[in-house]
Amino acid sequence: MSAAVEFRNVSVESPQGRLLLDDISLSLEEGTITVILGRSGSGKTTLLRTVNRMVEPTRGDVLVKGQAFAADKAKSIRTFDLISLRRSMGYVIQETGLFPHLNVERNVGMVLEAEGRPREERIRRSHELLKAVELDPATFAERLPHQLSGGQRQRVGLARALAAEPRILLMDEPFGALDPLTRSEMQDMLRGLLNRLKMTVLLVTHDLDEALFLGERIVLLSEGKLVASLGPEEFMRSSQPEIAAYVCAYHRGERNAENREREGRG
Amino acid sequence: MSNSFLKQYGSEIFTLTVEHLWLAGGAMLFAIAIAVPAGIWLTRSPRWATPVIGAANILQTIPSLAMFGFLLPLPWLGERAARIAILALTAYALLPILRNTYAGIRGIDPSVIEVARALGLTGSQRLFKVELPLAASFIFAGIRTATVTCIGIATIAAAVGAGGLGELIFRGVASVDNRLVLAGAIPAALLALAADAGFGLLERRFRVPA
Repeated sequence: MSAAVEFRNVSVESPQGRLLLDDISLSLEEGTITVILGRSGSGKTTLLRTVNRMVEPTRGDVLVKGQAFAADKAKSIRTFDLISLRRSMGYVIQETGLFPHLNVERNVGMVLEAEGRPREERIRRSHELLKAVELDPATFAERLPHQLSGGQRQRVGLARALAAEPRILLMDEPFGALDPLTRSEMQDMLRGLLNRLKMTVLLVTHDLDEALFLGERIVLLSEGKLVASLGPEEFMRSSQPEIAAYVCAYHRGERNAENREREGRG
Repeated sequence: MSNSFLKQYGSEIFTLTVEHLWLAGGAMLFAIAIAVPAGIWLTRSPRWATPVIGAANILQTIPSLAMFGFLLPLPWLGERAARIAILALTAYALLPILRNTYAGIRGIDPSVIEVARALGLTGSQRLFKVELPLAASFIFAGIRTATVTCIGIATIAAAVGAGGLGELIFRGVASVDNRLVLAGAIPAALLALAADAGFGLLERRFRVPA
């Protein structure tokens, strides 16, 4: 397997000089799902955003399919390269960022529209994608984002991210704002979809349950440092203190749920 | 107003109304052409926002009669009163359009802009497909305020001989003839109301439900 994305000693400093990411080295195998786990402020989102250059590494490189965007040469990257880099990746965020003035169909087709593809193709493709995220095009294509529920919006956001058939999908807490039931429906739908599409996925979450359900590799970040990069089973068995703390909190959550269930029955 | 009054002044009222529209409309075209791009530029260089909007604000505080007076002795401009009037009206129209363009774009949900960038929209695609449509209602609100102000202030342009409906008002005041004052004031008020309603319609048409 080859690396689809490779982080080489990536450090990011905030404009105030605070170290957000500290010397991260990591490679994402092609066609796998990697979950970045960590508390708020651990640098998860920053790491994700270095992949599509929404954040520029202060030191180190992020290589995408062997293509280096050396940080020290950042100034010389032509806008064109940046645009094509971004178009080759899907991007899904918790707030969805749907264009509120455009209907679902045009939201989904926006990347194709930006590439100047013909209207029929955009419509055909957006209908295909709506079906893929389990929304009926006949019902939803003409709706505006404010007419959708939170889960439906997130589905549209996902469909939009997939429109240009990207090989890499970046997802930042995609289901963070959803109620637990909708959340688990979305996780099911996403897992099925990703199994079919075989994309390289980088997903940020603070939810271990989600990480275990979706991830083939779990990367734990703490205060900008990479703590671990393990498969789900190894992760659960690890005796590393930072991981153990996570796993312990997770088991407590499970026990609480069982207790509640038992009390409910009794 | 009697029929004989309208018979006597009707065509003049019409000519002056057209002139008035020409002054205010010309100034609005200039103001839009300057203030919308300037407002967009400010969203790209926000550190200039305070000084530039401040300067437009100061222009607005100059009493209109004084403004016309200041411009009168200038070469080329001073030769034709209409030039002075259009320049002064443009200056007054800048602030509301500039401020609303800037605030309209800055007020867009940051996650929408973030995704537009991350999906690989170019700068101009982001502007024309996302930012301007989302700020359009705000921008039209600014144009609406500016137009109503412009139509009102344009009546004063008659003081420097630029014509327009102010001509009738000034003549009416000088000859203590209220009919003449109303013959200027009523059409001016109607123009302002029509502009207000028209741009109000556009403003609502482009309002984006949250």
